[in-house]
Amino acid sequence: MTQYLLSAHSVEGEARDPMTDEEMQQSYKQLDLLEEEMKSAGAWVFSGRLHQPDTATVVRMAGGEVVTTDGPFVESKEHLGGFYIIEAENLDAALAWASKVTAAIKVPIEVRPFVEAKA
Amino acid sequence: MRDGDPAPRLDEAEVGRIFLEESGRSVAALIRVFGDIDVAEDAVQEAFAVALRKWPGDGVPPNPGGWITTTARNRALDHLRHQARGRELLSEVAMLSPGHDDPGMPEEVGPVPDDRLRLIFTCCHPALSTEAQVALTLRLLGGLSTKEVARSFLVGEATMAGRLVRAKRKIKAARIPYRVPEAHELPDRLRPVLAVVYLVYNAGLTSRAEPGLCAEAIRLGRILATLMPDEPEVAGLLALLLLTESRRASRQRPDGSLVLLGEQDRTRWDRALIEEGQTIVRRCLRRNQPGAYQLQAAINAVHADAPTVEQTDWSQIVALYDHLLAVAPTPVVALNRAIAIGEVQGPAAALALVDELDLDNYHPFHATRADLLRRLGRNSEAAAAYERAAAMAPTEAERDFLRLGGRASR
Repeated sequence: MTQYLLSAHSVEGEARDPMTDEEMQQSYKQLDLLEEEMKSAGAWVFSGRLHQPDTATVVRMAGGEVVTTDGPFVESKEHLGGFYIIEAENLDAALAWASKVTAAIKVPIEVRPFVEAKA
Repeated sequence: MRDGDPAPRLDEAEVGRIFLEESGRSVAALIRVFGDIDVAEDAVQEAFAVALRKWPGDGVPPNPGGWITTTARNRALDHLRHQARGRELLSEVAMLSPGHDDPGMPEEVGPVPDDRLRLIFTCCHPALSTEAQVALTLRLLGGLSTKEVARSFLVGEATMAGRLVRAKRKIKAARIPYRVPEAHELPDRLRPVLAVVYLVYNAGLTSRAEPGLCAEAIRLGRILATLMPDEPEVAGLLALLLLTESRRASRQRPDGSLVLLGEQDRTRWDRALIEEGQTIVRRCLRRNQPGAYQLQAAINAVHADAPTVEQTDWSQIVALYDHLLAVAPTPVVALNRAIAIGEVQGPAAALALVDELDLDNYHPFHATRADLLRRLGRNSEAAAAYERAAAMAPTEAERDFLRLGGRASR
């Protein structure tokens, strides 16, 4: 089994039709069901939705000291909106889950394998 | 019975030929056994080095492919037992295949017909870039060296080696599976496989350096057709390649310039390839599940039937292009359809269709316009179109040819 990060990428100001409240409800419901499905299949490891990127804070080393600054690490129009960590047999299985996620939330999903921890 | 029989004469070229024929099968079988592409590749390479030493003296074994696979497997086992990482891999292998708990037994590695099919679907997985797909397919399935693959695509050997390493790393890290997709996935997964084979063929057609790629693509096409006899587009692709190949000798002048279909010496077309291609096309027609490759093959089959360009059944070709445009609505298909319509309804009808296309950066578009304008007697416009086509043509010979057309219409 390999662990994969499925990250949901949103593009700020992207010209996609804004969801109506009803569609939003529908999408959340679909995600809940999907998460249940992942859990009962033993694929779900962790998942979470993130606040807007302007809520981010960065700490970094500068001249031997830790400096704290406001804002996301990279200023960009694309940002990480949320993610799943799943366990899957192989890439095809991971892509099948990712397809279900993108069908529910309509943003692109990047699928990336974790380096396997040494046993 | 070997005693007394003189060993068949064998040179390096013969071993090279057997390598091209057999290495893909051996690599595919060993990837299944060891689950590791590099291990499989290195071992098969080494087995052929052994063959090159032994066969000239001992003669070619009755089943050279089986000999290579078994030798490669034993070599790989030897190496793996001597490395810590290798022993780890071997314990995984043993776990995966109970009953083979002593993988040291010198049994033959049984032929599993699906091995090469698994391999091509792994090489052409949509998670890999097209460039990586082509490189992996030629290297692993076709048995071409990294240098040969590099030369085929006009990149340096180091660049190509890097591309192959990155692709194999992704297969391993992301666990791109080694399996034949299930029926419901097949339409999506087959598309890149066919595209890779077609790309390899066209690379051979346009590159004077590597005409061997055409033969390689046909060989891959035949393997696919054998392994997936029920896929109409696989058959269609093979037929298209065979029919295109039947004209290859007559499509270029000695200086490398292109001879248009209408001006080719049809007595030089390869009748055996045509016969084989047309037989497949007829089978596809009976099956009646048309797709883009089958339709292009059918168009080529109609051309192959005509002893002269004037005797071509253009209305049938137009009908096939109508169908093709419906399944593959690209401007290039529309351009070729317009040319066929020009043969039935005349150049004015064709020009009207051509002028609607957005193909300004495609030199055959300007060459086609030039030809239609010339036939309509609009000579100065024709000359300008020839000049535009010539300025964009990729080879010196084609530029000269198009400028010649331009001068003739002045």
